[in-house]
Amino acid sequence: MIAVMSTSDQLPYVVASYVVTLGAIGAYAWRMLARARKIAAKVPPKDRPWT
Amino acid sequence: MTPTDTPTSDTSPIDPAAAVRRPTGTAFTRALGVASLVGIVWLVLFGLFLSPNDASQKAGVRILYIHVPSAWLAYLAFIVTGVSSAAYLFKRTRSLTWDRIAGASAEVGVLFMGVALITGSLWGRISWGIFWTWDSRLTTTAFLFVTYIGYLAVRGLGGSHQQRARRSAIIALLAVLEVPLVHFSVKWWRPLHQQESVAEGKLSGLMLFSLFVGIVSFTLLYVWLVLHRQRVLAMEDSLDDQGLDQALAERRAEGAQV
Repeated sequence: MIAVMSTSDQLPYVVASYVVTLGAIGAYAWRMLARARKIAAKVPPKDRPWT
Repeated sequence: MTPTDTPTSDTSPIDPAAAVRRPTGTAFTRALGVASLVGIVWLVLFGLFLSPNDASQKAGVRILYIHVPSAWLAYLAFIVTGVSSAAYLFKRTRSLTWDRIAGASAEVGVLFMGVALITGSLWGRISWGIFWTWDSRLTTTAFLFVTYIGYLAVRGLGGSHQQRARRSAIIALLAVLEVPLVHFSVKWWRPLHQQESVAEGKLSGLMLFSLFVGIVSFTLLYVWLVLHRQRVLAMEDSLDDQGLDQALAERRAEGAQV
Protein backbone atom coordinates (compact mmCIF):
# COMPACT_ATOMS: atom_id res chain seq x y z
CA MET A 1 0.00 0.00 0.00
CA ILE A 2 1.66 3.25 -1.11
CA ALA A 3 0.73 6.34 0.90
CA VAL A 4 -0.88 9.21 -1.00
CA MET A 5 0.57 11.85 1.37
CA SER A 6 4.05 13.07 2.19
CA THR A 7 5.52 12.18 5.60
CA SER A 8 5.02 15.67 7.01
CA ASP A 9 1.37 15.68 5.93
CA GLN A 10 0.87 12.29 7.60
CA LEU A 11 2.14 13.31 11.04
CA PRO A 12 -1.05 15.06 12.29
CA TYR A 13 -3.04 11.91 11.48
CA VAL A 14 -0.49 9.71 13.23
CA VAL A 15 -0.45 11.88 16.35
CA ALA A 16 -4.26 12.16 16.31
CA SER A 17 -4.59 8.37 16.24
CA TYR A 18 -2.43 8.00 19.37
CA VAL A 19 -4.23 10.86 21.16
CA VAL A 20 -7.67 9.42 20.34
CA THR A 21 -6.66 5.89 21.38
CA LEU A 22 -5.00 6.78 24.67
CA GLY A 23 -7.61 9.44 25.42
CA ALA A 24 -10.54 7.06 24.88
CA ILE A 25 -9.02 4.27 26.96
CA GLY A 26 -7.96 6.70 29.69
CA ALA A 27 -11.41 8.32 29.84
CA TYR A 28 -13.11 4.92 30.03
CA ALA A 29 -10.80 3.72 32.83
CA TRP A 30 -11.19 6.99 34.75
CA ARG A 31 -15.00 6.88 34.52
CA MET A 32 -15.10 3.22 35.59
CA LEU A 33 -12.92 3.80 38.65
CA ALA A 34 -14.93 6.91 39.59
CA ARG A 35 -18.12 4.83 39.42
CA ALA A 36 -16.46 2.16 41.57
CA ARG A 37 -15.45 4.72 44.19
CA LYS A 38 -18.95 6.17 44.20
CA ILE A 39 -20.77 2.91 44.93
CA ALA A 40 -18.15 1.00 46.96
CA ALA A 41 -19.18 2.51 50.30
CA LYS A 42 -22.77 1.36 49.84
CA VAL A 43 -21.87 -2.26 49.07
CA PRO A 44 -21.41 -4.67 52.01
CA PRO A 45 -17.98 -6.34 52.32
CA LYS A 46 -19.44 -9.80 51.57
CA ASP A 47 -20.27 -8.56 48.07
CA ARG A 48 -16.71 -7.32 47.61
CA PRO A 49 -14.82 -10.60 48.12
CA TRP A 50 -11.71 -9.27 46.37
CA THR A 51 -11.05 -6.60 49.04
CA MET B 1 -27.92 -11.84 42.84
CA THR B 2 -28.18 -14.88 45.08
CA PRO B 3 -25.70 -15.40 47.90
CA THR B 4 -24.19 -18.39 46.08
CA ASP B 5 -23.19 -16.29 43.10
CA THR B 6 -20.42 -14.42 44.85
CA PRO B 7 -17.81 -16.07 47.07
CA THR B 8 -18.24 -14.88 50.65
CA SER B 9 -15.12 -16.33 52.20
CA ASP B 10 -13.89 -12.93 53.32
CA THR B 11 -16.53 -11.52 55.63
CA SER B 12 -14.14 -9.85 58.05
CA PRO B 13 -14.71 -6.15 58.68
CA ILE B 14 -12.58 -3.97 56.43
CA ASP B 15 -11.50 -0.40 56.48
CA PRO B 16 -14.34 1.47 54.66
CA ALA B 17 -11.99 4.31 53.67
CA ALA B 18 -9.62 1.82 51.99
CA ALA B 19 -12.58 0.23 50.21
CA VAL B 20 -13.57 3.58 48.74
CA ARG B 21 -9.98 4.48 47.82
CA ARG B 22 -9.35 1.18 46.04
CA PRO B 23 -12.81 -0.27 45.51
CA THR B 24 -11.97 -2.79 42.81
CA GLY B 25 -8.21 -3.08 43.18
CA THR B 26 -6.04 -5.91 44.49
CA ALA B 27 -2.28 -6.41 44.58
CA PHE B 28 -2.60 -8.32 41.30
CA THR B 29 -4.60 -5.62 39.48
CA ARG B 30 -2.20 -2.94 40.75
CA ALA B 31 0.77 -4.88 39.36
CA LEU B 32 -1.15 -5.44 36.13
CA GLY B 33 -2.00 -1.73 35.93
CA VAL B 34 1.64 -0.73 36.38
CA ALA B 35 2.74 -3.26 33.73
CA SER B 36 0.09 -1.91 31.33
CA LEU B 37 1.24 1.67 31.88
CA VAL B 38 4.87 0.72 31.28
CA GLY B 39 3.78 -1.09 28.11
CA ILE B 40 1.86 1.95 26.88
CA VAL B 41 4.88 4.22 27.47
CA TRP B 42 7.01 1.75 25.49
CA LEU B 43 4.40 1.68 22.75
CA VAL B 44 4.43 5.47 22.43
CA LEU B 45 8.25 5.54 22.46
CA PHE B 46 8.67 2.82 19.85
CA GLY B 47 5.57 3.65 17.83
CA LEU B 48 6.20 7.39 17.51
CA PHE B 49 9.95 7.84 17.92
CA LEU B 50 12.22 4.76 17.80
CA SER B 51 10.83 2.71 14.91
CA PRO B 52 11.65 3.76 11.34
CA ASN B 53 9.20 4.91 8.66
CA ASP B 54 8.02 2.27 6.21
CA ALA B 55 9.36 2.49 2.64
CA SER B 56 5.90 2.67 1.06
CA GLN B 57 3.55 3.74 3.89
CA LYS B 58 6.06 6.21 5.38
CA ALA B 59 4.92 7.53 8.81
CA GLY B 60 1.45 6.05 8.30
CA VAL B 61 2.77 2.64 9.39
CA ARG B 62 2.95 4.02 12.96
CA ILE B 63 -0.84 3.99 13.16
CA LEU B 64 -0.78 0.22 12.62
CA TYR B 65 0.98 -0.27 15.99
CA ILE B 66 -2.24 0.79 17.73
CA HIS B 67 -4.81 -0.06 15.05
CA VAL B 68 -3.90 -3.76 14.72
CA PRO B 69 -3.70 -4.44 18.51
CA SER B 70 -7.03 -2.63 19.00
CA ALA B 71 -8.72 -4.78 16.37
CA TRP B 72 -7.18 -7.99 17.73
CA LEU B 73 -8.19 -7.12 21.29
CA ALA B 74 -11.74 -6.42 20.14
CA TYR B 75 -11.84 -9.89 18.56
CA LEU B 76 -10.45 -11.43 21.75
CA ALA B 77 -12.92 -9.50 23.90
CA PHE B 78 -15.89 -10.68 21.84
CA ILE B 79 -14.66 -14.28 21.90
CA VAL B 80 -14.28 -14.08 25.71
CA THR B 81 -17.83 -12.73 25.84
CA GLY B 82 -19.02 -15.71 23.78
CA VAL B 83 -17.16 -18.28 25.89
CA SER B 84 -18.34 -16.71 29.17
CA SER B 85 -21.89 -16.63 27.86
CA ALA B 86 -21.69 -20.32 26.96
CA ALA B 87 -20.36 -21.02 30.46
CA TYR B 88 -23.38 -19.21 31.92
CA LEU B 89 -25.85 -21.15 29.78
CA PHE B 90 -24.20 -24.47 30.67
CA LYS B 91 -25.95 -25.68 33.83
CA ARG B 92 -22.87 -27.07 35.58
CA THR B 93 -20.96 -23.80 35.36
CA ARG B 94 -23.91 -21.41 35.66
CA SER B 95 -22.92 -18.36 37.69
CA LEU B 96 -23.61 -14.66 37.37
CA THR B 97 -19.86 -14.12 37.54
CA TRP B 98 -19.67 -15.51 33.97
CA ASP B 99 -22.40 -13.11 32.90
CA ARG B 100 -20.51 -10.16 34.39
CA ILE B 101 -17.26 -11.21 32.71
CA ALA B 102 -19.19 -11.44 29.42
CA GLY B 103 -20.67 -7.96 29.91
CA ALA B 104 -17.37 -6.41 31.00
CA SER B 105 -15.48 -7.99 28.10
CA ALA B 106 -18.09 -6.85 25.56
CA GLU B 107 -17.90 -3.28 26.87
CA VAL B 108 -14.11 -3.21 26.65
CA GLY B 109 -14.35 -4.88 23.23
CA VAL B 110 -16.64 -2.12 21.97
CA LEU B 111 -14.12 0.43 23.25
CA PHE B 112 -11.25 -1.26 21.36
CA MET B 113 -13.39 -1.77 18.25
CA GLY B 114 -14.29 1.94 18.27
CA VAL B 115 -10.60 2.80 18.57
CA ALA B 116 -9.80 0.40 15.69
CA LEU B 117 -12.45 2.05 13.51
CA ILE B 118 -11.21 5.58 14.21
CA THR B 119 -7.51 4.77 13.82
CA GLY B 120 -8.29 2.72 10.69
CA SER B 121 -10.16 5.69 9.30
CA LEU B 122 -7.16 7.97 9.92
CA TRP B 123 -4.86 5.39 8.31
CA GLY B 124 -7.26 5.17 5.34
CA ARG B 125 -7.07 8.94 4.86
CA ILE B 126 -3.28 8.66 4.64
CA SER B 127 -3.13 5.57 2.44
CA TRP B 128 -6.26 5.81 0.28
CA GLY B 129 -7.02 9.52 0.48
CA ILE B 130 -10.44 8.85 2.07
CA PHE B 131 -11.63 8.31 5.65
CA TRP B 132 -14.18 5.63 4.80
CA THR B 133 -15.28 3.32 2.04
CA TRP B 134 -17.91 0.60 2.09
CA ASP B 135 -15.58 -2.28 1.36
CA SER B 136 -16.12 -5.70 2.93
CA ARG B 137 -13.64 -5.38 5.84
CA LEU B 138 -14.80 -1.92 6.90
CA THR B 139 -18.48 -2.74 6.49
CA THR B 140 -18.33 -6.02 8.43
CA THR B 141 -16.28 -4.31 11.17
CA ALA B 142 -18.85 -1.51 11.48
CA PHE B 143 -21.59 -4.15 11.61
CA LEU B 144 -19.74 -6.01 14.40
CA PHE B 145 -19.36 -2.75 16.33
CA VAL B 146 -23.08 -1.95 16.05
CA THR B 147 -24.01 -5.54 16.99
CA TYR B 148 -22.13 -5.32 20.29
CA ILE B 149 -23.58 -1.89 21.04
CA GLY B 150 -26.93 -3.65 20.64
CA TYR B 151 -25.74 -6.41 22.96
CA LEU B 152 -24.86 -3.83 25.62
CA ALA B 153 -28.25 -2.15 25.13
CA VAL B 154 -29.99 -5.50 25.69
CA ARG B 155 -28.01 -5.96 28.91
CA GLY B 156 -29.43 -2.66 30.11
CA LEU B 157 -33.05 -3.76 29.75
CA GLY B 158 -35.06 -4.48 32.90
CA GLY B 159 -35.66 -7.81 34.65
CA SER B 160 -33.76 -9.93 37.13
CA HIS B 161 -30.04 -10.56 36.88
CA GLN B 162 -30.79 -14.10 35.70
CA GLN B 163 -33.10 -12.83 32.93
CA ARG B 164 -30.43 -10.35 31.83
CA ALA B 165 -27.78 -13.06 31.84
CA ARG B 166 -29.85 -15.57 29.84
CA ARG B 167 -31.02 -13.21 27.07
CA SER B 168 -27.64 -11.51 26.66
CA ALA B 169 -25.84 -14.90 26.61
CA ILE B 170 -27.98 -16.05 23.69
CA ILE B 171 -27.29 -12.83 21.78
CA ALA B 172 -23.56 -13.10 22.53
CA LEU B 173 -23.42 -16.62 21.09
CA LEU B 174 -25.01 -15.37 17.87
CA ALA B 175 -22.91 -12.18 17.71
CA VAL B 176 -19.56 -13.97 18.09
CA LEU B 177 -20.20 -15.70 14.74
CA GLU B 178 -19.48 -12.35 13.10
CA VAL B 179 -15.85 -12.35 14.28
CA PRO B 180 -14.58 -14.90 11.71
CA LEU B 181 -16.67 -13.14 9.07
CA VAL B 182 -14.79 -9.88 9.75
CA HIS B 183 -11.40 -11.55 10.03
CA PHE B 184 -11.62 -13.53 6.80
CA SER B 185 -13.39 -10.80 4.82
CA VAL B 186 -10.01 -9.68 3.40
CA LYS B 187 -9.45 -13.17 1.99
CA TRP B 188 -12.98 -13.91 0.81
CA TRP B 189 -13.87 -10.64 -0.92
CA ARG B 190 -10.45 -9.01 -1.63
CA PRO B 191 -11.44 -5.50 -0.52
CA LEU B 192 -9.48 -2.23 -0.59
CA HIS B 193 -8.27 -3.03 2.94
CA GLN B 194 -4.82 -4.60 2.87
CA GLN B 195 -4.17 -8.30 3.59
CA GLU B 196 -2.54 -9.47 6.84
CA SER B 197 0.83 -7.66 7.01
CA VAL B 198 2.26 -9.74 9.87
CA ALA B 199 1.32 -13.17 8.50
CA GLU B 200 2.78 -12.23 5.13
CA GLY B 201 6.04 -11.06 6.69
CA LYS B 202 5.76 -7.44 5.53
CA LEU B 203 6.91 -6.12 8.93
CA SER B 204 10.31 -6.85 10.42
CA GLY B 205 12.90 -5.49 12.86
CA LEU B 206 11.83 -2.54 14.99
CA MET B 207 8.52 -2.21 13.15
CA LEU B 208 7.55 -5.78 14.07
CA PHE B 209 8.79 -5.22 17.64
CA SER B 210 6.67 -2.04 17.95
CA LEU B 211 3.61 -4.03 16.87
CA PHE B 212 4.51 -6.73 19.41
CA VAL B 213 4.78 -4.10 22.17
CA GLY B 214 1.35 -2.79 21.15
CA ILE B 215 -0.25 -6.23 21.29
CA VAL B 216 1.28 -7.11 24.68
CA SER B 217 0.48 -3.76 26.34
CA PHE B 218 -3.09 -3.69 25.00
CA THR B 219 -3.63 -7.29 26.16
CA LEU B 220 -2.48 -6.39 29.70
CA LEU B 221 -4.70 -3.33 29.57
CA TYR B 222 -7.66 -5.43 28.43
CA VAL B 223 -7.27 -7.86 31.36
CA TRP B 224 -6.95 -4.95 33.80
CA LEU B 225 -10.06 -3.21 32.42
CA VAL B 226 -12.18 -6.39 32.42
CA LEU B 227 -11.19 -7.32 35.99
CA HIS B 228 -12.15 -3.88 37.28
CA ARG B 229 -15.30 -3.60 35.18
CA GLN B 230 -16.69 -6.98 36.21
CA ARG B 231 -16.13 -6.02 39.86
CA VAL B 232 -18.01 -2.77 39.30
CA LEU B 233 -20.82 -4.80 37.72
CA ALA B 234 -20.84 -7.10 40.79
CA MET B 235 -21.20 -4.06 43.07
CA GLU B 236 -23.98 -2.64 40.88
CA ASP B 237 -25.83 -5.97 41.07
CA SER B 238 -25.42 -5.93 44.85
CA LEU B 239 -26.88 -2.42 45.00
CA ASP B 240 -29.83 -3.55 42.84
CA ASP B 241 -30.47 -6.42 45.25
CA GLN B 242 -30.32 -4.07 48.22
CA GLY B 243 -32.88 -1.79 46.56
CA LEU B 244 -35.17 -4.74 45.87
CA ASP B 245 -34.83 -6.03 49.45
CA GLN B 246 -35.61 -2.56 50.79
CA ALA B 247 -38.69 -2.21 48.55
CA LEU B 248 -39.96 -5.62 49.69
CA ALA B 249 -39.41 -4.72 53.34
CA GLU B 250 -41.31 -1.45 52.90
CA ARG B 251 -44.17 -3.26 51.17
CA ARG B 252 -44.34 -5.82 54.01
CA ALA B 253 -44.37 -3.03 56.59
CA GLU B 254 -47.23 -1.34 54.72
CA GLY B 255 -49.13 -4.66 54.68
CA ALA B 256 -48.59 -5.13 58.42
CA GLN B 257 -49.98 -1.65 59.18
CA VAL B 258 -53.19 -2.40 57.21
